[in-house]
Amino acid sequence: MEYFIQQLVNGLTLGSIYGMIAIGYTMVYGIIGMINFAHGDIFMLGGFAALIVFLILTTFIGGVPVVLALLIMMIVGMLTAALWNWTIERVAYRPLRGSFRLAPLITAIGMSIVLSNFIQVTQGPRNKPIPPLVSSVYEIFGITVSLKQIVIVVITAILLSVFWYIVNRTPLGRAQRATEQDRKMAALLGVDVDRTISVTFIMGAALAAVAGTMYLMYYGVVVFTDGFAPGVKAFTAAVLGGIGSLPGAVLGGLLIGLIESLWSAYFTIDYKDVATFSILAIVLIFKPSGILGRPEVEKV
Amino acid sequence: MANVASTTASAGSELTARALREAVFAGLITLGLFVLFVGLKSDQNIRNELILTQRWGLLAIFVAVAMVGRFLIVVYVQPRFAKRKAAKAAAPDVVKKDTFFTRQWPKIAVVMLLLYPPVIVSFVGVQGSLKWVDNFGIQILIYVMLAWGLNIVVGLAGLLDLGYVAFYAVGAYSYALLSSYFGLSFWVLLPVAGLLAALWGIVLGFPVLRLRGDYLAIVTLAFGEIIRLVLINWTEVTKGTFGVSGIAKATLFGIKFDASKDGFAALFDLPLSSAYYKIFLFYLILALALLTAFVTIRLRRMPIGRAWEALREDEIACRSLGINTVTTKLTAFATGAMFGGFAGSFFAVRQGFVSPESFVFLESAVILAIVVLGGMGSLTGIAIAAVVMIGGTEILRELTFLKMIFGPAFTPELYRMLIFGLAMVTVMVWKPRGFVGSREPTAFLRQRRAVSGSFTKEGHG
Repeated sequence: MEYFIQQLVNGLTLGSIYGMIAIGYTMVYGIIGMINFAHGDIFMLGGFAALIVFLILTTFIGGVPVVLALLIMMIVGMLTAALWNWTIERVAYRPLRGSFRLAPLITAIGMSIVLSNFIQVTQGPRNKPIPPLVSSVYEIFGITVSLKQIVIVVITAILLSVFWYIVNRTPLGRAQRATEQDRKMAALLGVDVDRTISVTFIMGAALAAVAGTMYLMYYGVVVFTDGFAPGVKAFTAAVLGGIGSLPGAVLGGLLIGLIESLWSAYFTIDYKDVATFSILAIVLIFKPSGILGRPEVEKV
Repeated sequence: MANVASTTASAGSELTARALREAVFAGLITLGLFVLFVGLKSDQNIRNELILTQRWGLLAIFVAVAMVGRFLIVVYVQPRFAKRKAAKAAAPDVVKKDTFFTRQWPKIAVVMLLLYPPVIVSFVGVQGSLKWVDNFGIQILIYVMLAWGLNIVVGLAGLLDLGYVAFYAVGAYSYALLSSYFGLSFWVLLPVAGLLAALWGIVLGFPVLRLRGDYLAIVTLAFGEIIRLVLINWTEVTKGTFGVSGIAKATLFGIKFDASKDGFAALFDLPLSSAYYKIFLFYLILALALLTAFVTIRLRRMPIGRAWEALREDEIACRSLGINTVTTKLTAFATGAMFGGFAGSFFAVRQGFVSPESFVFLESAVILAIVVLGGMGSLTGIAIAAVVMIGGTEILRELTFLKMIFGPAFTPELYRMLIFGLAMVTVMVWKPRGFVGSREPTAFLRQRRAVSGSFTKEGHG
């Protein structure tokens, strides 16, 4: 039983990271109906930005309290990733708006290749390990919970509430929802559609960068190929939860994290990704719109 | 007169001022993008700790290039483009003449391809031809064939498949495993590999038939990953990440390409060289690719091909006209998968070694990119796209003279995928409809007219 709860905690941590990345996918998909394949690499880029900021702090300044260091890493990572995603949207996706559906998908795949290879070329192909930042561990009723797990879950919860507030309670969020429902009508009613879409990309990237920082803190290592596997799993999470739905993305992320850690704990670690993808296929076959998604209505 | 001159002068200075503003903006953006990644580099020292190396000079070059580039674009390139666009709008449409070359060029292309190996051999000799036939001939033709196969699924039936490489893998492993465990020959296993891949196409097709558009895309992606993970983890049969090596070579009517006394070289009194085998493989993949093209062209005229295209344009209309969408989708998947399987078994026989490394998602993405960049559905466009994208990245390997400019530590191969990705984005933004954007309709009423790509809709899965 304790083992089970232990795995539950691990899965929840992993799921929080997936959930944060998944939100970026689901928002972009909701607003312009495009799979942003480069999003996983934006996550990796955020992790690398955090890594370099960490190195700057330790080499040039030194002796920065851990909380402050994490905060600076997170904020610089968010800014860098946001700037990258904004630029990518501007040069690679916006010119193709109104073109056929596969065109931005191809530029997104191209951008994903560009980002991972850019990091490989500029930062080198090797693993980048850092010393553990947060190493306290607590025993609660026989279950080991590390401080970093608590940090990840708490930060995820805080960011999600902020996000939920922005999308549901502010004029910006209203513009986003309007653009999502009907872009042309929103434009007619005075919503600056291009700006709204840019802001959506910026928000998604910022969350992905936080996830990247957390990933770096949790595993203590980052490498240029790290964008792909978490990216695909987060996208799977977004689809599983019902693409276009924010709570769905988080729920999907948590589910994927739980499936992964429970499968590795009870069956074999080799086939954990196979299990994840198979469950995705099964869910989609019986409920094609995902768990919380609205069913697509076909109008003729 | 003086008045006119002063307005142009003020317009010019206004343009310069705007260009300067935009250049500064571009410089700032570039600085923000690259300051962490180009300005600093994380390196391991001897104790395996990360240290920072500073490269501010390189960063300054990046920013300067962005600023100068942006300035020149705003001042010179944009006005010129605007002028050309205006001139084009004013000029009447030019009707393209139907010359001998435009009518017959597929045949001309095939003849040129047939003559390619002898011409290369006569120029650079038997041994020197290896690189040209293998890297530029076979490599490109494999991708042409794969893209033509995927074109049946994506371009004709409009089903977005992100896991096409799975069928390629099935074909490759079918040949590799069946030949090393049972000793069967390539010519027996080629159709078997195709059939097995087609079978997997149907197995995958059944559950995903209910899915539309992007859901289909993600499930096919997942399927591709599952196949790869199974190949990695099922070590008893597939030998996992080590891969299967020592795969038997193909034979030409029972003649082996080896050093034995009834081998190809000995039989024809030729000096022993692996180039002959490569030339044989070149013709083999050419034949397979042409078979794919031929089948695609013929199928498009058959009811099933028309059903595919109808499915791509409008699934609901298709269903209301009594077309069985289930069998239509399944045949598209199976046919596309079959050609993937053929290409896969060819890949195995060419490399003599297969490992799961060769069947990553990136391969699916590259094949899909070739299909879309070629202008979905156009066989010619896809072939052009394959030559440009694959040939272009192969050429990068040859650019050794760059070492003289950037120093001996410079390796062009490192930049291969980076440039490939940039090319994908640039070509797509520049020509969103692909290299050949117009389609000849398969079925037409009275008059044949080319339909501009912008009028044809892509399928929604």
